[in-house]
Amino acid sequence: MNAVVAEITYRAMLGRKRIWLLALLPAALIGMAALLRLIGGPDEHTAVILMEKFSIGTMLPLLGLIAGTGVIAPEIEDGTIIHLLSKPISRPVIALTKFVVAVSLVAVFGALSTFVAAFLLIRDESGVAYGFSLGALLGGVAYAAVFMLVGVLTRHAVTVGVIYALVWEGLVGGYVPGARTFSIQQWATSIADQISSSPFLTSDVSLGFAISAMVVVTVGSLVWAGQRLRSLSLTGDE
Amino acid sequence: MTMTTTQATTRHSVVELTQVSRWYGNVVAVNDVTMTIGPGVTGLLGPNGAGKSTLLHMMAGFLAPSGGTATLNGVRIWRNHEVYRLIGLVPEKEGVYGFLTGWQFVLSAARLHGLPSPADAAARALDLVEMAGPKDRRIETYSKGMRQRVKVAAALVHDPQVLLLDEPFNGMDPRQRLHLMDLVRQLGEQGRTILFSSHILEEVERVAQQIEVLVAGRHAASGDYREIRRRMTDRPHRFRVRSSDDRRLAAALIADPSSSAVSLTDQGIEVQAVDFPRFTSLLPKLARDLDVHLWQVSPTDEDLESVFSYLISRSSA
Repeated sequence: MNAVVAEITYRAMLGRKRIWLLALLPAALIGMAALLRLIGGPDEHTAVILMEKFSIGTMLPLLGLIAGTGVIAPEIEDGTIIHLLSKPISRPVIALTKFVVAVSLVAVFGALSTFVAAFLLIRDESGVAYGFSLGALLGGVAYAAVFMLVGVLTRHAVTVGVIYALVWEGLVGGYVPGARTFSIQQWATSIADQISSSPFLTSDVSLGFAISAMVVVTVGSLVWAGQRLRSLSLTGDE
Repeated sequence: MTMTTTQATTRHSVVELTQVSRWYGNVVAVNDVTMTIGPGVTGLLGPNGAGKSTLLHMMAGFLAPSGGTATLNGVRIWRNHEVYRLIGLVPEKEGVYGFLTGWQFVLSAARLHGLPSPADAAARALDLVEMAGPKDRRIETYSKGMRQRVKVAAALVHDPQVLLLDEPFNGMDPRQRLHLMDLVRQLGEQGRTILFSSHILEEVERVAQQIEVLVAGRHAASGDYREIRRRMTDRPHRFRVRSSDDRRLAAALIADPSSSAVSLTDQGIEVQAVDFPRFTSLLPKLARDLDVHLWQVSPTDEDLESVFSYLISRSSA
């Protein structure tokens, strides 16, 4: 970890209008929860659907995309990354630091907002709020690592990321049974399911598989991103 | 001009390229270049697209050679972040965080280097490039020249033995340019190994003792600036001359061995001078003696491309 790299990355991510990109979806989630609370009668089933479809199914991959690619891709694109890379700091350390920044952002904007929204709806009933926020946190860690890797690998990180998030995670991972096993949002749901006792929540990926897959994907993406950063070329590498 | 550079480095550093090539698919950007950059200021001269940036990026560890080796003091540069303890890099691309102030940017460089007193080092580096005044403004409000100077300050903050600058004088106004030229010269005199790229001969000549010429990816010439200047001026030059009596002047010019060919055209006289210094001193004398008024004397092949292609045709001959 390097404090200067982290500081610069935070300033780039949270400065001026950038923060709104991160805050928009969590604000919408909490707004929806508040609205449901106001119009009365939010039940556990509604809460689980909102968490599953919106929080884990939509918001989390998009936040992972914004934070994961955002901590590194714009700097590679405009060349400012040279300021960090032309210093006697190991490139994997730079990658790790940026990953930690991305994770912290997903934790605050993704996991915390998920907890607030669920708690607003049904308090701590059946452990739904705890389950989904922990699922969002760990799912966010995996998303941040994968999307940071995408940001290092390609100049078209956002396009690739959006296609991955919407097509694979949203469509294939959500509806094709075999592919569910390899979907980060299913792993996150599996963790939520483990903690929550709600009968409305079912997951068809085992917890053991979900945790191991998350560890493999996160560590693998991080190592790959670090190595790729070591070989980052500046002139016409495409 | 007062300058308080940090104390001169005592150990000299050498950047060495051995048979370095770099290609992209079928395109060869740098072709079998061998050169040694030692203490003092070296100018890497060549027209746009000659491969200067490619070569400089290989020296800076931001590009892998496709063939050959690039080393700093005998140690491989590529994939070796430890070299940045000795190297300061000023890239051509902007490469500055617009949301930071000049002070924050240079201070961050000092901290990234792990210097013992980063604030002192940053203040010294900003003084050196005369950016102490506007240091608290955000970089996005700076002019191109100011951004360039702040980049130089960040590259100098750890007092590096090797300084690599890619087209450093681009976008600077004349006063800033002269100041940076002075600074680069002084740093070179202190025994640092400095390489900067440029496509402008006069720029390189003013600052560098040693010049390496790169044309179409090949190492076309190498020497001190007098040698390069001589080679450039020794080539046959073509001139167009218009005067009050072209015919008389042409007859007198062809009689002198400084010109190998003289032809009369509708636009005046076209002369091919083979002895450039002799021709340039002869022409005004002849005009005076023959009482001919000179309206126009203009070189027709002074563009850099033709100068460089002449150099490379000589080097490959």
